[in-house]
Formats: sequence, structure tokens, C-alpha cells
Amino acid sequence: MGRVRLERVTKRFGEVIALSELTLDVADHELLVLLGPSGCGKTTALRILAGLERPSEGRVLLDDRDVTDVEAKDRDVAMVFQSYALYPHKTVAQNIAFPLRARRVPRAEQEQLVRDAAAALDLTDLLDRKPRALSGGQRQRVALARAIVRRPAVFLMDEPLSNLDARLRGQTRAELVDLHHRLGATFVYVTHDQVEAMTMGTRVAVLHEGVLEQVGPPQEVYDRPATTFVAGFLGSPPMNLLDGTVHDGAVLAGGAALRLPDDTCPGAGPVRVGVRPEHLHPVPPDHGPALAGTAVAVESLGHERHVTVRLATGEALVVRVGADDPPPVDGDTVRLAVRPEHLHLFSVASGKRLADAAVAGAGSAC
Amino acid sequence: MDEPRGARRVARYAVLVVVAVVVLTPVYVSLVGALKPGARVLDYPRSLVPDSLTLETVRRAWSSGDLDRTMLNSALVAGAITVGQLVTSVLAAYAFAFLRFPWKPFWFGLFVSTLMVPTEVTVLANHGTVSSLGWLDSYQALVVPFLATALGTFLLRQVFLALPGDLRDAAAMDGLGHGRFLLQVAVPLARPMLGALALFSFLSAWNQYLWPLLVTNDDEHRTVQLGLRSLASSNLDELNLVMAGTIIAALPIFVVLLAFQRQLVRGLTAGAVKG
Amino acid sequence: MLSGPGAPRAGARARRDWPLAALLLLPSLLLFAVWVFYPLARTVWLGLYETDFFGERRLWVGWEQYADVLRSGELRHSLWVSAAFTLLTVPTGLAAGLALAVLAHRPLRGITVFRTIFSSTIATSVAVASLMWLVLLDPSIGVLSQLLPFDVLETPGLLGRPGWALVAVSLTTVWQNLGFTFVLMTAGLQSVPDELYEAARVDGAGAWLRFWHVTVPMLSPVLLFGAVVLTISGFQSFGQIDLLTDGGPGDATSVLVWSIYDNAFGASAQEGVAAVQAVVLFVVVLVLSAVQFTVLDKRVHYG
Repeated sequence: MGRVRLERVTKRFGEVIALSELTLDVADHELLVLLGPSGCGKTTALRILAGLERPSEGRVLLDDRDVTDVEAKDRDVAMVFQSYALYPHKTVAQNIAFPLRARRVPRAEQEQLVRDAAAALDLTDLLDRKPRALSGGQRQRVALARAIVRRPAVFLMDEPLSNLDARLRGQTRAELVDLHHRLGATFVYVTHDQVEAMTMGTRVAVLHEGVLEQVGPPQEVYDRPATTFVAGFLGSPPMNLLDGTVHDGAVLAGGAALRLPDDTCPGAGPVRVGVRPEHLHPVPPDHGPALAGTAVAVESLGHERHVTVRLATGEALVVRVGADDPPPVDGDTVRLAVRPEHLHLFSVASGKRLADAAVAGAGSAC
Repeated sequence: MDEPRGARRVARYAVLVVVAVVVLTPVYVSLVGALKPGARVLDYPRSLVPDSLTLETVRRAWSSGDLDRTMLNSALVAGAITVGQLVTSVLAAYAFAFLRFPWKPFWFGLFVSTLMVPTEVTVLANHGTVSSLGWLDSYQALVVPFLATALGTFLLRQVFLALPGDLRDAAAMDGLGHGRFLLQVAVPLARPMLGALALFSFLSAWNQYLWPLLVTNDDEHRTVQLGLRSLASSNLDELNLVMAGTIIAALPIFVVLLAFQRQLVRGLTAGAVKG
Repeated sequence: MLSGPGAPRAGARARRDWPLAALLLLPSLLLFAVWVFYPLARTVWLGLYETDFFGERRLWVGWEQYADVLRSGELRHSLWVSAAFTLLTVPTGLAAGLALAVLAHRPLRGITVFRTIFSSTIATSVAVASLMWLVLLDPSIGVLSQLLPFDVLETPGLLGRPGWALVAVSLTTVWQNLGFTFVLMTAGLQSVPDELYEAARVDGAGAWLRFWHVTVPMLSPVLLFGAVVLTISGFQSFGQIDLLTDGGPGDATSVLVWSIYDNAFGASAQEGVAAVQAVVLFVVVLVLSAVQFTVLDKRVHYG
């Protein structure tokens, strides 16, 4: 009912390539998050789905129907714009009714549907107001109501939370997830905020400079990032990345020989090693192989501390330390250990994740 | 927005071309008439596509319409009015924007009130004034009444007010008095608006019709609009001369506007569009 | 208003610049006094005097002349002609400008050429435009009657027919104003956020619906501005009448300013009557401007 497919979509704006051979499937009922920094092409992809832009190459399919050449107004999608794009001269009720009016729904039916949509979003008291008399949060709900009023199969959302103040954001996030469940429709959700992506998405698709880096459920993308970009983008503070060399079941990085998991395929050569701040633990001097360095900065966040450690190799690491643990002091020597299964190995050349045991991939180390 | 493709694109162009042709028809007809040979209108060929072109008609129109003198007059008068308006409105706008003096809102209101009085209302009495000053058939009569402008003052004041508040203070610290601040800071910063106003003043002055009609009668001071009028009234049976005259008169203005398109748009929409 | 350097101290500070200010304002004020305020007063005063049969000065009649002129059929007729002229030129002019602006608002290659063409009539003065149309409308040359198969265009031509003369003059004026209305509407269109159109497209609205529900409402301030400017300019029209019809045939195109001109400088030399008519014109323009700033202002939507 609400299946979406972008098939090898490329979009060029003059010399600039906004999207490069993007192939992405969105399953019915899922909430797919398009995540990435500004300029990565996520909004372009959304607009192509909406029909507001045409791909330079490739196809767009809605429910197996090729809609690449179909105009926006004839696709069964609704869109919530970042700035809401409410018609300033129309009342809330008229704004919500407009999509029905455009499709010549009979008046009586229009009224009922508008009332239902307004009720679903708690707008019943505001139906006669004009957008300029509404708060940001209210305007957003009107934009949502306008989108849901005709029950499309696919909802497109362009950074809906970015114009709300921080307090409202958390609350609205939960409301959107709830809305998604209630409607049972397919949501394609664009954002640059990884917290939104992690908490809301059925699956997350990470884009970078027009290329799809990885797509999968949030936890999977977090636990097994496919590229160094994804590794660095998800997680706060971001994953630490070091230069290393694989040799004999261990990887030499940061001046220490760190043991790799037993089932890692053997090999040798240079790699990029990643380890998340929460997976580094301070250990006493007699612990064994550990990364050693000097604490150069300690940031206290109340419930935890972020300690920046400079290693002998010159590289810096960030470690998360619980507030109850003894706080390191500037200048202290710190020794950090990491469990083998928390090490991520990436190709130096491509940034791609190096295959673990099950699949033997081509790469410099395996 | 993407460009339309295929058939829609062709249709778009077709409509544009048709409309452009309709809009340009009066100009085209006069252009063709100006370049056609032949004199009397009664044996005037009816074709819209000339089979032969000549500049003879243009030449005759130029001399019998006295077009060199009238266009020069118009240029002089319009130029003088433009300069005068820029000077008076810059000075007045500066005073309203940067100086403190009593009853400022009243004086400003007085300026703005002149916008409510169209020239057509005052021509009668002004003609009497000009007459008693002995200024009939003179350049003063054409220029002096229009040397001040409330619209220009209003717009320049807005530009000055929009400058950062501490700019004047910083200039004062640097030792700039009013005069130097005006000339070296305020005016250069107001250049876009000055450009638009200059264009506007020039065009309005160039296009004046009723006033020159009332205060000039001799050939020496006639402006181009009246030159066309007399060309038309004395050549009703040789309308192609009239056509040539209008083309000649319109050409320089068209060139000027082509060169100053941006200022033009800014000037026209100064009061209309927000932001 | 901009405050001078430092915080204002009462009294002295507020007046300190007055000599310089006086100097800067004097040129403009002097000019306004002589050429705007004085003539306005004098025109009112002139209306109190009747000119005798020979066009010589002036017999005091007082406010009686005002009453006479205001009651006269001539004034009523010229006001009617002016109003009709305005009604013929303003809505048409705005609609035409808007239509052209919408047409040229596309990302098409070479669209700037068309935009230049559509705005080109700004370069025409009233004399140039009127004479170009005089040629077009002239029945003996027959250009227009060649292109359009209407009988009315044959001799004596539109300008010679009492019923059609005003229409012809209006047509000339609409054409002359086209450049202005086009540029104005284009600027207005550019200020409408693209997102509104995109939202309308996604909502399912076709071009027609988008025009009436997005373009026109968002353009209402600009349309208002254009309407007022064109209306006031319409009541001030003179040149095209003088060149095309001389107020005729008969008095079919005798607009208010023409009537003033004809009374003051024409054969009858009725300066006093003309003065009263000038005062009437002033009042009309005043009222129109007041209408702009109050009533219509409320109905215009601001986004």
C-alpha cells in the first residue's frame, strides 16, 4: 500500500551531483529516516519522492507504479515542509481542507474529514484562526493535519522538529511516533539529528554527499557502522578513530597491541580502528595491553564525564567516565582498555567496514 | 522549479511569442512606417511587411519635427530637474534622519502633504505665477517648479534611517562634521536609492506634457513631447513622418532603460512590495 | 527616528541642530511654498472670481461660482468620463500585467528577452504611446482594421465614434501602463515563497487553483498599490486626450483635467470655472489616497 522505491536515482544541479545512484526501498508502514549532514542530498531525495524535482537518472516507484514522470499533485503522497508552508491568508480549517478541495471532495465530506484531522491533532479550538496567530508548535500541527486529512499512503517529512524549541522537540518527537503508529502509514523522515533518527526510525538510511552509506535498523547502524562516516556520525561523542596495523590476531594502534575477537579472519596490513567512547575503560597499570596517554581535558556533564586523552602517537581519544568513578585530573596518566568485540576495523582506502568472520571480503587486511 | 519539457515547453514558447507580438504591434507598425518610403497617407500601402526600406522619412521627420533641438531641450531640462531633486532631497533627508530640531514630525508631514497635491491641480495658478515672473518661454519655467521632491526626500530618509545607528557616532569620533559625513559616508551608502531616484526623476521630467504645453509656445524651448505634438498636428496626412518621430523620440529612452533596469525595478516597487 | 549621539537631554539637545536643519530644509520648503502651497490656496481663491465674456479679469462672485460649477452638468459629465476611464483602464491594466507576469515567471531559456519586451512600454511617454496608437487606430491607414475584421474600425474609426472613443483612449493607456504593471506584478510574484506553491502542488492543486488560492491572495498588497497608483494617475490623465481626441468627439472623452485645460486655456477662457474644477480634482485625489491608507489596507492580507 505504501511501498516506496528509489531506483538508481541520480540528481544533478548543473555541475553539482546531489544524489548518486541512490537505490532505496521503503517498506509499507515503516518509518524510514533519511539522516545526514546538510548538503548530503536527503532533502533532494525527499523532494524527488514528492514529485517536486525530477531525477536526472533513475526511477521512482510508488507501490510498484512508476511515478517518475508523474506530477506532484497526482501522486498519493503528503508532505510536511520544514517551515510548514501554511497558506497565510487561509484559516486553519481552510488550510487543512485545501487538499480535499483540490481533489473536489464534496463539501459535507470535507467538513467531516477536516474535523477529524483537527481532532486527531488537538486543533479543534483553533480552526478559525489564521497561521500568524499561532505558535510554532501549533503551526506544525496544522501542517500535519493538512497532510493526514486525505489519508495518503506515504508521508514525507522535511526536518519537522528543527524549527521547534528544544523543550517542545522531545514532546513532539513522541507525538510523531505515536501518530505513525495510529495512522499505520509509511513515513519518510528527513533529519540531521541522530537522536531523532535513533529514537524514531524503524530503519535509518545514512547519506553523505549524495551517496547512501548504510541503511538498517538504528541499533544495527549504531553497533555495526558500515563506513567510517557512519561510525563518526552516529554517537555522541563520536566514535574514536585511530590508525592501526593488523598483525597476528591483534591490531597495533595508539601504541598498544589490542586483541581482536577470536573469529576475525587473519591477515595483516594497515587499517582504521574505531572504538566508541563508552567502550574504553580506565584500568590500573598492571592490567595488560592498554592504550596509554595523558588526560588533557575533562568535561563534566553532571551524570558523566568526557575525558580527552592524548596518546603517545599524538592521536586523541575521548572517553566516557561515570560521574561516580574517580575523576581523572589534567596531566594524569590514563590507561584505557577495550574489549575485543568493541573494536571496529575499516579500510584505510575506502573507509568501508572490513568484513568480520562470516564473510571474507577484499580489503587490505583481510 | 524544473523547466517544462517537450510539448509543454513548445506550447509555453508559442504563447509567449504570440503575446510578445501583440504587445509590440504598435511599436512595430510605427517602426515599419518610419522606414517606408512614400509620403501621402492616401496612397499609403497597407502592407505590414515593407518591401523596401529607407531612412528618408526619418531624416525628414528629424528636421521638420525639429527633433534635435527638442530632444536637447528635454535632456537639459530633465537633467537639471534630476540634479536639483537629488540635491534638495538629499539635504532634506539628511536633516530629517540625522538632525534634532523642534517640530520635526510637523515639518515632515508638511513635506509628505505635497504628495497629495497633483501637478494638474496647481498648473493653473502656477501658470499665472510664471507669467507674472516673465518666465513664459524660458528654461526656468520648465525647471524651477520641480526642483524639490517629497517622494525623494521620503525614500532617502528611509535609507539614511536604516544605516547603523552608531555609524554617525563613529564618524563623529573620527572627527567628521555633518558636511563630510554626508558627502563621504551617507551619500555613498545611499547610492542604489539615489540611482533609482535619478532614473525616476529623469524619466518623469522627460515625459512631462501638460506643464510644458502651458508655459512654452516658441520653438526655441519646446521639449520633445511637444515636438511630437506639433509634428503630429501638422502632418496628419503624412502619418509616416509622425511614426518616424515617435521612434526617434522613444529610442534613447529605451536604451537608457535597458541600461538601468535594476534601478528601475527598485524605484517602481519602492512603495509596493515588502521585504 | 534616529537619535543623535548620546542620550537626549531635555530641551537644549532637542533643538540644537535647528540652524543647520533650517538651512537644509529651506530649499525644498521654499520651493514647496511657491509651487505647491501657494498655488493651491490661490486656485481656491481663483474659483471665487468669474471671468467676463472677453476673458478679461475678474468679477467677484464668491462661493456662488463653486455652487454653480458643482451643480453643473459639465462637471458631472467630466467626473463621469474620468470615472469610466479609470474603470476601463485599472482592472484591465492590472489583470494584463498579472497575466504577463505569470506567463514570464518561468525558468525558460531566453525568458529575459520576453521580460524585456513586456516591460518595454515603460520607455514610452504619453506622447509616444498615444501617437503610436493614433497610427494604429487611423482608419485610412487601416492597420488595425486590416488585422481585426470589425466594422467599428473602419472610418471614422474608433476615435471618431462617441461610444468607442473612450475605449480607444483606454486601450492606449492600458498599453502604455503595461510595462509598469508588468514590472510591479513580477516583483510581487518574486516575493511569494516557492514553498507555498510546492505545498499546493503536493496538496493536489493544479495551475488554476494555485493561481487563485496562492498567487492572487499573496499578491493582494501589490494589487492594491497598483490599483491606487493607476487610479490616481487615471484621474490625472491629459496627454492622451489632447493627442488623440481633443476631448471629443463632442465631449465623449472630456476627462476632468481636459475640462480644466479647456476651460482655462481654450476658447471660452473661463479661468474661474477651471479653478473650481481643479479644486474638485484635488479633493478626488485626496479621497482616493485616504481610501488607500485606510479601508482597503485592512482587507489586504499580510503574511
